Amino acid sequence: MNRKQVALAQSIEAITEVPLPGRSPWMDARMRFMRNRAAVISLVLLSIITLLCVLGPMVLPHSYDSTDWELMGIAPTWAAWHLFGTDELGRDLLVRTLIGGRISLVVGLLATLVSVSMGILWGATAGFMGGKVDAFMMRVVDMLYAIPYLLIAILMVTILGREFYLVVLTISAFSWMDMARVVRGQTLSIKSKEFVEAARAIGVPTWRIIFQHVVPNLLGIVVIYTSITVPGVILTESVLSFLGLGVQEPMTSWGVLIHDGANVMSASPWLILFPAAALSITLYCANFIGDGMRDALDPKDR
Amino acid sequence: MWSYTLRRILATLPTVLAVITICYFMLHATPGGPFDTERKVSAAVLANLQAKYHLDMPLWQQYLYYLNSLLHGDLGASFRYADWSVNDLVAKALPVSLVIGGTAMLISMLIGTALGVFAALRQNSHLDHFVMLIGNIGSAFPSFVIGPVLVLVFAIWLQWLPSGGWNDFDVRYMVLPIALLTFINVATIGRVMRGSLIEVLNSNFIRTARAKGLPVRTVILRHAMRPALLPVVSVLGPLAISSITAAVVTETWFSLPGLGKLIVNGASNRDYTLVLGLVILVTVLAVTLNLLVDLAYALLDPKIRY
Repeated sequence: MNRKQVALAQSIEAITEVPLPGRSPWMDARMRFMRNRAAVISLVLLSIITLLCVLGPMVLPHSYDSTDWELMGIAPTWAAWHLFGTDELGRDLLVRTLIGGRISLVVGLLATLVSVSMGILWGATAGFMGGKVDAFMMRVVDMLYAIPYLLIAILMVTILGREFYLVVLTISAFSWMDMARVVRGQTLSIKSKEFVEAARAIGVPTWRIIFQHVVPNLLGIVVIYTSITVPGVILTESVLSFLGLGVQEPMTSWGVLIHDGANVMSASPWLILFPAAALSITLYCANFIGDGMRDALDPKDR
Repeated sequence: MWSYTLRRILATLPTVLAVITICYFMLHATPGGPFDTERKVSAAVLANLQAKYHLDMPLWQQYLYYLNSLLHGDLGASFRYADWSVNDLVAKALPVSLVIGGTAMLISMLIGTALGVFAALRQNSHLDHFVMLIGNIGSAFPSFVIGPVLVLVFAIWLQWLPSGGWNDFDVRYMVLPIALLTFINVATIGRVMRGSLIEVLNSNFIRTARAKGLPVRTVILRHAMRPALLPVVSVLGPLAISSITAAVVTETWFSLPGLGKLIVNGASNRDYTLVLGLVILVTVLAVTLNLLVDLAYALLDPKIRY
């Protein structure tokens, strides 16, 4: 071994000895997300709102459907913990806003879950099968895009009833198309990549190709579109509630509260102010988080 | 172009048919019929009633019968409003919705593109920030929050305009609803127009046009505007769909006797035939709008081969 080779071997050793901190693409994405100030603030705010909605009603002394006969229709006050005031029936608005938030957030979460699963399944199937099946499945998606979904949702609610899970299903039925489209596109492009071909060449079974090579590559775009779906779904729920076609009294949601508050807003403006603010802040935060996710995970930027 | 148009029209027919079919059978899957009232009706009367509305036929025949009457422009009878056919109700409501929605769409296209263009030409100016602000507000605050705010300011505080209702096409009653719809659309159109024009202005052929010494006005009007308008045109289809949602909210909030109010009332009264008829009607309208947008896009975009 001459001197040069020894030096090379030593330097190689030196390089391998220093433990280079490995960074997975997900850690990269997290760092990029953390650097986005608006997105991080939104995430914190949304977490606080969620926590308040979950814990608040347990801690506060009022229930969402009980009447405070002493203090009916009063403005926000410290008295008896009516921090957001009460409505004309003497029900505490703070608790009602938080309970309504629970409904809005849970509907948003569940409907997103359903629509995302549906979209992934539909898009991945279409992308894998290709050919006529793909063409047909995408025609269905195109068709759904051209349909005024709110009206169909109204029809479905009219026919099926206004049970909680039905509202979730109705909303999900019209929010999965975006996901299906991008997942299909991504699946198509991954299917033709060399690493899939290589896996196929060395005899990896199809299901393992799907789960080990394709699905992890879909995850980024799925996360992005999931976070974009959330605000849309919450909005649809509150539109239905606002029109009086969502959850039923005495249960409430932000849409219902805004509708009720709007009718009496000249006399008691706080009844619309707080629910509207809660909904708007939530939507704003969800939008910002979605943007942050896209910037952090967009495969084009990698 | 003609064969392309024909093909696009044919491609929309399955959509309409699918909506009609699915909604129709969904409706008929519900338990109970229109004449299940608490008042006892004699068997003979019931049989007559069922015969009149073809309820004694097998379902597929009823369906074909319904399709046939649809082809003749007949949406059937209303379940709840006695003596009214769905057609009568639509005939009263449609003009209201068309005037409100159409005016709002026209105004917002004009204002939206103009604002977007000026914002793109003067990036980071006050106007630009203003346009971005409108875009932000429009995307974060839903129509049913902006609507009450408009009423609070212009109807309750300033008392310039009525807070709602309809007075036989009295302009004063139309201002706030149109303003609400316009605002939401301007937000979207302005943002898209600004973004696409900025992108086009940074492209090579614009630099070439400038380098040739063309006056700025010619560069923008003749070279930049056409490609920059494409994204705006393509957003008009989805915008029309979301405008329908916004229009339903607007009509409900301002108590306008339009299609949106009709369908919401129908839904709360469980007036099945009315809701079904309206869904079909609005679907046809929306699909037609989408078709027109697609055709306009094909005309504008030289890259599309047909």
